[in-house]
Amino acid sequence: MTRVPLRPLARVLDARAKGENPDRIERENLRKRHEDIRDRARLRAEGRLVVLAGLFFCAFLVVGVRMGAIAASEPAEPRAQAAGAQIAAARADIVDRRGRLLATNLVTHALYAQPPMMVEPERAARELVRIFPDLDEERLLGWFAGDRKFLWIKKKISPEQKQAVFDIGEPGLLFGPREMRLYPNGAIAAHILGGARFGREGVDAAEVIGVAGIEKAFDERLRDPARAGDPLRLTIDLTVQAAVERVLEGGMVMMNAKGATAVLMEARTGEVVALASLPDFDPNDRPRPLTEGDASNSPLFNRAVQGLYELGSTFKIFAVAQALEMGQVNPSTMIDTRGPLTWGKFRIRDFRDYGAQLSVTDVIVKSSNIGTARIAMDIGAERQRAFLAGLGFTEPTAVELVEAPGSKPLLPPNWSEISTMTISYGHGLSASPLHLATAYASLLNGGHKVSPTLVRGAPAARGPRVVSEETSAIARQMLRQVVTRGTASFGDVPGYAVGGKTGTADKPRLKGGGYYEDKVIATFASVFPAHDPRYVLVVTLDEPVETSGREPRRTAGWTAVPVAAEMIRRVAPLLGLKPEIEPLAPTGVTLTSN
Amino acid sequence: MTEMVYGAAPRQEGDPILPRWWRTIDKWSISSILLLFAIGILLGLAASPPLAERNGLAPFHYVERQLVFGLAAFAVMFVTTMLGPQMLRRLAVIGFFLAFAALVMLPAFGTDFGKGAVRWFSFGFASVQPSEFLKPVFVITVAWLMAASQEIGGPPGKTMSLVLTLVVTAFLAMQPDFGQAALVMFAWGVMYFVGGAPYLLILAVAAVVVLGGMLAYENSEHFARRIDGFLNPEVDPTTQLGYATNAIREGGFFGVGVGEGQVKWSLPDAHTDFIIAVAAEEYGLVLVLLIIGLYATVVVRSLIRLVQERDPFIRLAGTGLAAMLGVQALINMGVAVRLLPAKGMTLPFVSYGGSSLIATGLAVGMLLAFTRTRPQGRIGDILTGGRAR
Repeated sequence: MTRVPLRPLARVLDARAKGENPDRIERENLRKRHEDIRDRARLRAEGRLVVLAGLFFCAFLVVGVRMGAIAASEPAEPRAQAAGAQIAAARADIVDRRGRLLATNLVTHALYAQPPMMVEPERAARELVRIFPDLDEERLLGWFAGDRKFLWIKKKISPEQKQAVFDIGEPGLLFGPREMRLYPNGAIAAHILGGARFGREGVDAAEVIGVAGIEKAFDERLRDPARAGDPLRLTIDLTVQAAVERVLEGGMVMMNAKGATAVLMEARTGEVVALASLPDFDPNDRPRPLTEGDASNSPLFNRAVQGLYELGSTFKIFAVAQALEMGQVNPSTMIDTRGPLTWGKFRIRDFRDYGAQLSVTDVIVKSSNIGTARIAMDIGAERQRAFLAGLGFTEPTAVELVEAPGSKPLLPPNWSEISTMTISYGHGLSASPLHLATAYASLLNGGHKVSPTLVRGAPAARGPRVVSEETSAIARQMLRQVVTRGTASFGDVPGYAVGGKTGTADKPRLKGGGYYEDKVIATFASVFPAHDPRYVLVVTLDEPVETSGREPRRTAGWTAVPVAAEMIRRVAPLLGLKPEIEPLAPTGVTLTSN
Repeated sequence: MTEMVYGAAPRQEGDPILPRWWRTIDKWSISSILLLFAIGILLGLAASPPLAERNGLAPFHYVERQLVFGLAAFAVMFVTTMLGPQMLRRLAVIGFFLAFAALVMLPAFGTDFGKGAVRWFSFGFASVQPSEFLKPVFVITVAWLMAASQEIGGPPGKTMSLVLTLVVTAFLAMQPDFGQAALVMFAWGVMYFVGGAPYLLILAVAAVVVLGGMLAYENSEHFARRIDGFLNPEVDPTTQLGYATNAIREGGFFGVGVGEGQVKWSLPDAHTDFIIAVAAEEYGLVLVLLIIGLYATVVVRSLIRLVQERDPFIRLAGTGLAAMLGVQALINMGVAVRLLPAKGMTLPFVSYGGSSLIATGLAVGMLLAFTRTRPQGRIGDILTGGRAR
């Protein structure tokens, strides 16, 4: 573009010659130049304005489309989440070994109030007390009138109660949905399952956390959202458990015992098929723990796991088995049983006098304290301790209950010779019935140590050997004879070849030393069938008295044994065992015993 | 000669004022604005009772106030549309100095209404936010400066306007009111762009804006929190944004029904910053799209009409006003749909607010005045046989 000079000399001269004002030429040129600039600016602005209008149009379009997208999306309940405060309410079910429900969840509602939203607090309080008689009208009114913006009234309400509260029509009473833990079988397996309570509670959900038993031991696993659909499978058999509890309860009442416990265990795997402790409770409505007195008097106390008792003569088989294993005796070796056996200031007596000598088999069959003590003396403290440790008597059981690790057997502080003797017949060492069942299973299943378990998983590898196959077989033979011709004659169940050992231990006095004269722990530890050890059953009665005779009888043979026999009679068919004729005693053993 | 003999004949200068006004005004835009105001009243009926209830007033107290202020705003708007560009420019520049003085005096005489920023003058019956009035007159002042710089031998208007903008921005940022400050900057930028900014400079300015944003993020906690909230993909449902999103969702296409909305009870700013959420919840997407369409009509139509405009001052001033209106609406709605970080910005004409309504009326009146049809000398183009020489 050529630029026109504002005062072109030729035109100025020309204008001067014509007598015109040359400034007009300059003004004219200036005007033209100005218009030129304006036109260029305008053209440029036109393009940019169109661009701008387009941009605005697009922006409005984007906002509109985004509005449409949000409006078309599904409305979601606003969830209260303050950085990871999301409450994972899902909790996996618990089932028995056949997949039957032991614990599950049920949708319920919590009732809460928002006093600022209340219309008629007085009427609301009155109506609430009518629906929930345990509420206090005065206190409710105090809360409703106070400064509180939010308060829980009931943690769990039934649908009927919910409807009734709803019918009050009070906008300040609100319902928070949540899942509660439900134990559909009530008190059955209560001590195994334990119980659950609400943890953190929100308006829309509440955490359910285990407080005892399996629920607490596997709390993490059960609450893991990734495994919520994968139930926890126990080794418990619901039917067997129910039968065991039923019989045990009947037995406890008949024998006037204040408590009772039973452990039924698979001898080869250590899987607990039934575990009962009485008195029990309903985990749906767990009682409060005792605040005073002995915790073992609470129904929450799991006698099978937490109860540490001197289990009496049931221990004799351990001393005998160890002596057999060491080659120290054979079943027909004669043992001196003259009494009383005096050791320092202690005297060991038998229940009645068994004469001068008994064979080892008869020491077990007749349950001679003196005979067992003499065998144990020959074994020695150190080896006895090692053997019992091998059977699990020095450590808490490994069972998957939260109560188990706290139940370490009570061992003598100084494992002296007198301790060795008393422990051989089950005094001076306190262990739980579950310890005893585990040790019997380990000893009698062919000699492989088992670990008690409640959770069905991959079968555990065979444990280390505690005694040889032969020792195990001989021990079973002896126990079988205890039933056929010994102290546990009430324990015979035709077709199931029950073998077992009774144990009656005087209860130690709570205050001061010594033992009660009239309070015993009666135990029957059994295995069935004796020739093919499948199950071990331990039944323990706390302070039983059998009163059908002229004088009260407390020995296990009269108390625990009949209960256990009835239990086996009921449970064995449920376990799939066929009644069968017992094979003759193995010839090798018979020969040596003659 | 005739005049010398018979005296002055009654002169007829063009048409009567009102018919000419009606002929030259952009009827689409003014209808859209009237409709927007009507929607504002409608939404006020829905959104303000909770506020009135909180403040212990009659349910429709704020609607009545809005109506009164709306009538005042319309009066201002109509009077303004009648003014010629020159008169507008003179009044606006005077107004700018007044508003600027008011802005400067804010720290001394202003009040913060407990919101942490001193933005208002309180006059008992009403409060006035000087920045609301400053915006339109500022745009005109800047347009004047820029247009003057295009004259031969004119003043360095672009530089002067930039200095002016920075000063105003600084005072707004001091309150702090980053929203208005950004709006003022944006309006200047748009005018500079239309007024012929080199592309290189546009890029440079964009860079400066980004840098400034980052600086503000680093140095202002107020600002940083909002950006963080925006960048977080999880919208916390207990925040205003969460409520707003949920309200739009609940509303769906046709809304939950008049008076059935819940969001107005939870949102403290339901009647101002989040009125679009109330609209979406109660009346659904239909009304929201109508609102968006109305704003788009006003803004886009005004800009397209300004394409024809030959006077650089009118063009620039109109552009600035239209852009400001459009951006304010876009930011308000963009925040509600989480396209933009949370920023309190009223929806012009629809949100409740007395002085802001009058200021918006003023701004829109100016815009409509500038977009009026006027002779553009097209005959010259035809005679010279082309638009450019």
